[in-house]
Amino acid sequence: MLDPSTPLVEMTDISIAFGGIKAVDHASINLHRGEVVGLLGHNGAGKSTLIKVLSGAYKRDAGDIRINGEAATINNPRDAKAYGIETIYQQLAVADNVDAAANLFLGRELTTPIGTLDDAAMESRAREVMGRLNPNFRRFKEPVKALSGGQRQSVAIARAILFNARILIMDEPTAALGPQETAQVGDLIKQLKSDGIGIFLISHDIHDVFDLADRLVVMKNGQVVGEARTSDVTKDEVLGMIIMGKVPPGARPGPGAIGN
Amino acid sequence: MADQHAIATPAHPSTFTQNPIQRFLMATEVDTRLLGMIGALAIIWVGFNIFSGGLFLTPRNLWNLSVQTASVAVMVTGMVLIIVTRHIDLSVGSILGLVGMVMGVMQTQILPVQFGLGLGHPLIWCLSLLTGLIVGVGIGAMQGAIIAYLRVPAFIVTLGGYLVWRGAAWWVTMGRTVAPMDQTFQLIGGGPAGSVGSTWSWVVAVVACAAIVAGLYFGRRQRHRFNFPQRPLWAEAALAILGCGATIGAVLVANSYPWPVRIAENYANANGIPVPEGGLFISHGIAIPVLIAIGVGVAMTFLASRTRFGRYVYAMGGNPEAAELAGINTRWVTVKIFMLMGGLCAIAAAISSARLNAATNALGTLDELYVIAAAVIGGTSLAGGVGTIAGALLGAVVMQSLQSGMVLMGLDSPLQSIVVGVVLVFAVWLDTLYRRNKH
Repeated sequence: MLDPSTPLVEMTDISIAFGGIKAVDHASINLHRGEVVGLLGHNGAGKSTLIKVLSGAYKRDAGDIRINGEAATINNPRDAKAYGIETIYQQLAVADNVDAAANLFLGRELTTPIGTLDDAAMESRAREVMGRLNPNFRRFKEPVKALSGGQRQSVAIARAILFNARILIMDEPTAALGPQETAQVGDLIKQLKSDGIGIFLISHDIHDVFDLADRLVVMKNGQVVGEARTSDVTKDEVLGMIIMGKVPPGARPGPGAIGN
Repeated sequence: MADQHAIATPAHPSTFTQNPIQRFLMATEVDTRLLGMIGALAIIWVGFNIFSGGLFLTPRNLWNLSVQTASVAVMVTGMVLIIVTRHIDLSVGSILGLVGMVMGVMQTQILPVQFGLGLGHPLIWCLSLLTGLIVGVGIGAMQGAIIAYLRVPAFIVTLGGYLVWRGAAWWVTMGRTVAPMDQTFQLIGGGPAGSVGSTWSWVVAVVACAAIVAGLYFGRRQRHRFNFPQRPLWAEAALAILGCGATIGAVLVANSYPWPVRIAENYANANGIPVPEGGLFISHGIAIPVLIAIGVGVAMTFLASRTRFGRYVYAMGGNPEAAELAGINTRWVTVKIFMLMGGLCAIAAAISSARLNAATNALGTLDELYVIAAAVIGGTSLAGGVGTIAGALLGAVVMQSLQSGMVLMGLDSPLQSIVVGVVLVFAVWLDTLYRRNKH
């Protein structure tokens, strides 16, 4: 068995630039089993970009990714999925024109012995998973575009947990949801955490993150301002980190900290 | 019965307030859009029949209609997948022209003359067809690769292809028409010899009916296995009866169109059959190109709805970014779609050139527009993600019916173009209305 102190994910000195603009600048971040790490920052702070490097949507220009202490090669979303990294994107990456089951299994369809799609088996599994996530969900035959925002979000989340993810990336998972559905997502995160899954939670909403995350990492202008255990800092101090880059005593400063 | 409880579909509260037609539609889960198209087609057919003085709905005209539709029908099945993934292919007519030329030269010059195979050698038509398929798939692969990997828009790549392949078709023989085609190859184009006759048509009908019933049965068993709600038994029976009835009706029509008197007489003389009083009645039966088109339609429907490839095509059309993020190799899928289109163009080229019994460098001119129009009339959305093979095939029949009907009515050809153009725009407008009201 692996040493439990080995981080599940270690991203070191990750840099990526788009046409001369450094979207992510020597950022380092890690994640342990059963831990929720909140990633905070303004729009354009580089948090989504950093995390897309991990999920394979972007290729990094420099830096290392280690999964379970071993160097990982992640060049596209398929590679990331092979490492057990699942992502729920901000813009709900679902195909609107096909039904929930087709979306859940997109790219990993169940097939019959002769290689054709086994729609009935997929729908059956989809009913099972969606039943756990959102018991009121009934519209299995309709294209996803006919669903409400919350229902679409539960489809996206169900897809991520369907394949036994070890590392879950949630990019603004509650942005499109009402209060009740947001609470459901919160419960779900706690449940997944107790299963030993590591979760990166990206959000604007500092309250959400304070409720759910064990540790916080704040980014500004593509750099890590600092990181702290949620219990060691107050919301105002974290706001200060997000807005001004001022690192409070309870936090460990990063390369983006003010006066650095 | 053990599965009685599973058959009892939970009745929708509104079931009781619906009229019988609505209840029928709901229970059978028929696509109402497709049904609307069949209705439109029926109106077109009956209308033309009245205005042409009963010439339209005759076995002869319907049989000809089926043969004339075959080439466009084969190509439209591929065009649906291309349009569903938000691409377009303007080069299909030119690919058809080039491949027709290549196949023509193969069977009239290269194989019989340069390779010394005797005229009518069975390898000639096989190798010609194979060469055509390779050329078609190769062209598709090239265009697809430029679109997928070099990121040039499909509109531009295939617009270029439209010019390039038409020019190449001209180049093959420096514009000379190639004729006649190999005897066996000609059968692909239809005609009295290129039809399967009444007995084999019935065999086809029986196989098709068996397939319909088996399909319904296995679908039902599969749903029962997972305890999903099922259609009521009477709805399944209605679907089976409608499907088999349509099949048998089509075969009856094909079988009641006899060979022309002269050809039948020659055939009788050659085979020592006595010609009875009032002439010999030999049925055409289903034409071979129509069988090919039906086969392609079934295969493509299977591909689109039952395989991973098909699922990826629709997902890419619905949300290309989501498909990419789900780990689908979208570029390779794009190349495969265009390869498929190229192969279908080759099949269509065989049908067209065999039917004409010649390869000319004008073969397939304007076909790209008919193919795209058929797909769009058949409900394929240019915005991507939406479209069915069955709908597109119906669209092809509608287009051909319009043209054939206007010829029977003796309309001038400029007027024919105008009508087809107006119908295209009108059909898409109706479709937009339908979709808007549905949501």
